[in-house]
Amino acid sequence: MQADDVEGIMAHLHFTRQLARFLDVPMVDVAAPCLRAALDAAFARHLRLRGYVLDEQGALRANVVIFIDGARCRERRVLDDALRPDSQVYVLQALSGG
Amino acid sequence: MGAGMAQRAYLGTRKGLFQVDVADDGAWQLALVQFAGDPVSMLLHDSRDGTLYAALNLGHFGAKLHRRDAGGQWQEIAVPAYPAKPADSGDTIDWTVRQVWSLAAGGADQPGVLWAGTLPGGLFRSGDRGDSWQLVESLWNVPQRAQWFGGGYDVPGIHSICVDPRDSNTVLVGVSCGGVWQTQDGGASWALSATGMRADYMPPELDENEAVQDPHRIVRSAGTPDALWCQHHNGIWRSQDAGWHWQEVTTAPLSHFGFAVAVHPRDGDTAWFVPAQADALRIPRDGALAVTRTRDGGKTFEVLRAGLPQQHCYDLVYRHGLALADDGRSLLMASTTGGAWYSGDGGEHWQTLSAHLPPVYAVCFATP
Repeated sequence: MQADDVEGIMAHLHFTRQLARFLDVPMVDVAAPCLRAALDAAFARHLRLRGYVLDEQGALRANVVIFIDGARCRERRVLDDALRPDSQVYVLQALSGG
Repeated sequence: MGAGMAQRAYLGTRKGLFQVDVADDGAWQLALVQFAGDPVSMLLHDSRDGTLYAALNLGHFGAKLHRRDAGGQWQEIAVPAYPAKPADSGDTIDWTVRQVWSLAAGGADQPGVLWAGTLPGGLFRSGDRGDSWQLVESLWNVPQRAQWFGGGYDVPGIHSICVDPRDSNTVLVGVSCGGVWQTQDGGASWALSATGMRADYMPPELDENEAVQDPHRIVRSAGTPDALWCQHHNGIWRSQDAGWHWQEVTTAPLSHFGFAVAVHPRDGDTAWFVPAQADALRIPRDGALAVTRTRDGGKTFEVLRAGLPQQHCYDLVYRHGLALADDGRSLLMASTTGGAWYSGDGGEHWQTLSAHLPPVYAVCFATP
């Protein structure tokens, strides 16, 4: 399904400002029924961003976390969490390292 | 300083890229020059065109690769990436690049060709200076890869890549823990090349299995390329036939355990090692840091200590923490606890560059 096919559902994607050291950090509004479709739409517009958030198999990187409307996304490979109209999606760095 | 620059070198550390310039009179300058705060896992200075490559291992955002052309600015380029893992694959390894663990330039007749070794064990080739990378599937698909396992990391990795300067299609790679492999056709096919090595960490009936050897680091003498040296988990080995057969060297003083090795670029009988006391005791013997050197192919060794800390030193020099310049005399050595030392006379005398750098992952010379 193409993200743009879903009329009336517009998720708002916020990416951590930590990424600004490496690339331009966009704020992306996309029409998408689920998290995967929303991310794919964002990455289609911002090609380098994909490799910072997902690994080459399409899974969420181990130390990246996503919150959807205040709830942490726990499944990291399929990323099929449903989005609501006006969902607020935050792609953040997990706390780790030293 | 009143003296010209004798050597320039780089240190890739957990917190950034450092540059050290050493003048003819021995005066030196050390500076954090790029990637402040970010782990720099591997470096390559390509002497063919003066390009410097730095692999990052961003804690949150994955492995990245950056390139700086001679006289140019840093730019992010493509990083090796595995193809999609088949849904029916029985491979227990995730097909994701954990870290770029080795970088090597192709031969002089192959401008633009680069090789990259990774954790979890994939070798990649670029034909365009890192603008794109292809997994060397012929090595990734060898049946023996199922026997490989991690050594130091929980997945196997390629840490050493030795291109034969006489024939760019002949390339040797070292895998921890997966033995030594060679191609003679530019990577189309591969053969095990660890005959003579021994793995004491395996059951006795498997200790000569070439596909599970743990060569910690392998280096080739550019000017005498039949000569290779290996610091292995269980000792020191050398080869005099381009890496096809290996002979154990048991004469090294202090310890046979360590990670780093450097070989003279024009004298394959001269090599340097940085011993740690033992597998189970990875600190300098008696808390006193020493470098060992052979100049007769391993018949005898010298212990070199002048200028190195001799009390309460617990530094470990990891695989890529020792480099030798093309002059065959200038050595840079750095540790996982942030010590860095320089010698301009083959290790006879050392000066401390710093005792409190971030953990050092890789060092390289980049003298123009």
